[in-house]
Amino acid sequence: MSKNLNRIIIPVLSVILGLIVGAIIMLVSGYNPIQGYSQLWNGIFGDVYVIGESVRQITPYIFAGLAFAFAIKTGLFNIGVEGQLVVGWFVSVYVGAAFQLPPGIHLIVALLAGGLAGALWAFIPGLLKAKLGVNEVVVTIMMNYTALHVTNALVRAWVGKDVSDKVHETASLRIPAWEEATMYSRMHAGIIIALIAVIVIWYLLRNTTIGYELKAVGLNRDAAQYAGMNVERNIVLAMVISGFLAGLGGSMEGLGTFEYVSTKSGLTGIGFDGIAVSILGANHPIGIIFGAVLFGALKYGALSMPNPPAKIPEQMISIIIAIIVFFAASPYIFPWLKEKFTRKKGGN
Amino acid sequence: MKNKKWYLLLLLIAVALILGACGGSGGGDDTEGTNEGAEEDNFSVAMVTDVGGVDDKSFNQSAWEGIQAFGKDYNLEQGDNGYDYLQSQSDADYIPNLNQMVRRDFDLIFGIGYLFIEAINEVAQQNPDVYFGIVDAEVDQPNVVSIMFKEQEASFLAGVAAALTTKTGKVGFVGGMELDVIKRFESGFRAGVAAVDPNIEVIVNYVGAFDDVAGGQQAASAIYNQGADVIFHASGDTGNGVFAEAKELVQQNPDNRVWVIGVDRDQYDQGEVEGLGINVTLTSVLKHVGNAVYEVSERTMNGDFPGGETLWFGLADEGVGLATTGDHIPQEHWDVINEWKEKIVNGEITAPSTDEELDAYLAELGAE
Repeated sequence: MSKNLNRIIIPVLSVILGLIVGAIIMLVSGYNPIQGYSQLWNGIFGDVYVIGESVRQITPYIFAGLAFAFAIKTGLFNIGVEGQLVVGWFVSVYVGAAFQLPPGIHLIVALLAGGLAGALWAFIPGLLKAKLGVNEVVVTIMMNYTALHVTNALVRAWVGKDVSDKVHETASLRIPAWEEATMYSRMHAGIIIALIAVIVIWYLLRNTTIGYELKAVGLNRDAAQYAGMNVERNIVLAMVISGFLAGLGGSMEGLGTFEYVSTKSGLTGIGFDGIAVSILGANHPIGIIFGAVLFGALKYGALSMPNPPAKIPEQMISIIIAIIVFFAASPYIFPWLKEKFTRKKGGN
Repeated sequence: MKNKKWYLLLLLIAVALILGACGGSGGGDDTEGTNEGAEEDNFSVAMVTDVGGVDDKSFNQSAWEGIQAFGKDYNLEQGDNGYDYLQSQSDADYIPNLNQMVRRDFDLIFGIGYLFIEAINEVAQQNPDVYFGIVDAEVDQPNVVSIMFKEQEASFLAGVAAALTTKTGKVGFVGGMELDVIKRFESGFRAGVAAVDPNIEVIVNYVGAFDDVAGGQQAASAIYNQGADVIFHASGDTGNGVFAEAKELVQQNPDNRVWVIGVDRDQYDQGEVEGLGINVTLTSVLKHVGNAVYEVSERTMNGDFPGGETLWFGLADEGVGLATTGDHIPQEHWDVINEWKEKIVNGEITAPSTDEELDAYLAELGAE
């Protein structure tokens, strides 16, 4: 009971502390935190446009967080969510723009292609880990940059310029009715797919043999082996599913937010933020929804903070997010604080 | 029990804080409303940066300097109803940022960089009454003006300068990514070198990124090792690696004079070798994004918005040029450079802007 309660309370406290420390930093740097936070609030919930855009920002974070959390359950650090997302983005846009398929089928094929591209990208480090014991952290980090440069080269080889054509309407995740209802925000159907993915992963981990084995391998590899589970197969499987989720996250950007793919001068950062989303969500599928909502909303709302009258640099939110993650990632700080708090009281 | 009380206390503080923050929002809106009513309506101009940010020491910064200069000259204040900027943290932020500027009622809104192409296209369609500008890309909409630069013209002059400076008969070019705009730098540069002496070899190396300082240094090291003594870089941050390598070589052996030609803005400061009083920056190919943005703002304010047009800024209208800081180019070289400049401005020769045009130009040189 207490453990479950902690899993909820620690992230909540982290957020509150993050906002308080953020307010102090704003005060020290000569900004008005009340104006800042009210603009942040209005930048997230102010009208239907920003709500739609916030949802748009949240969608890929759910996938990135899920991807990281899924690998963690099997004891794997998939730092390559970023790269898997980038290849998923490219492949789904390629399928969406270069082929002509009937409505419905086209979208499904493009989504699957994006997911499979991400899965393939994660399969390589998974196989290296399973067969040769190569540290997956190193391989996945390196493959992020491979993904970046390979997709850049592929974009140029494909369209001969730096921005691809738009995907066909049959492959787009955007829903015209939603766009009209939200004053032409880029909110798209991806959020529904993301929520379905959360439920599927939750069920998979909780109620299936596959999920049980994956978790068993994560908890104790040797014990799992002794119990007759195929550890190598489970490691590869965990990476592939994690990569599939990451690739779908890329499809959200490629088929929903942007509807095109462009050459990138650097990585998107969504995959790395997914790690923080997963930590905030206590690596639990349902928790990740909240982590992604917080992250996406703060990141999007931050765009409103430089506007007058607050005029707070949008980087302030990066500081606040960093503080939140810091507290969430160091949960021992809270019992320690509590102990100090209660002991003092007792002394008086 | 104690646990629960402690958590409850913290939660209460949290609720109080959140409510406090919400309460503030109403007040903020009110003052905004009254401000709008009281002030007269000035011509206002805004810009949205790409991920480089407003202090990128490159074209975002240059554009912002142009807008600041415009604001100063016409007594505008930074903020609504004056001039302002927003920075993008990722590619996804371009459209929301443009929309924020639309909502803040700016008359003219610039998107800086070729990646704005789809964003401007979309937002311009949704807001036909607002004027937009885009730098380094072409958007075909009646309420969008596209600002392009003839980088090849200034690069041609840089090529002439490099050819006159080299003692080894070899020069180098380091590119960021193989984009059309970087190709304009490369083609112009190679043509300029060949115009002086077709026998000078140009070693070309594309690093593949604009933010890879280590890669830039490796590329520069390879080129200098092959005997080149001047490198022109068109590679953003990557170019800092080129400067680092040149400075290292000079530090090891001050008699070994190697040069770097900077890009976009005057990169003289980057070339300073500490402790030796030597500077490796020969010159810089300047791209006066600020001038162009200033000019378009001025025209728009005077009711002459060049909607739907693509404006090319070249040597003739001071859109591009060479930096003179440091006086590393002797006067007799300037005389030659200015001769070529005349020819380009007169239209006597056209600096090539693509690989094909470069091949044609080189073939013509060979035929003479």
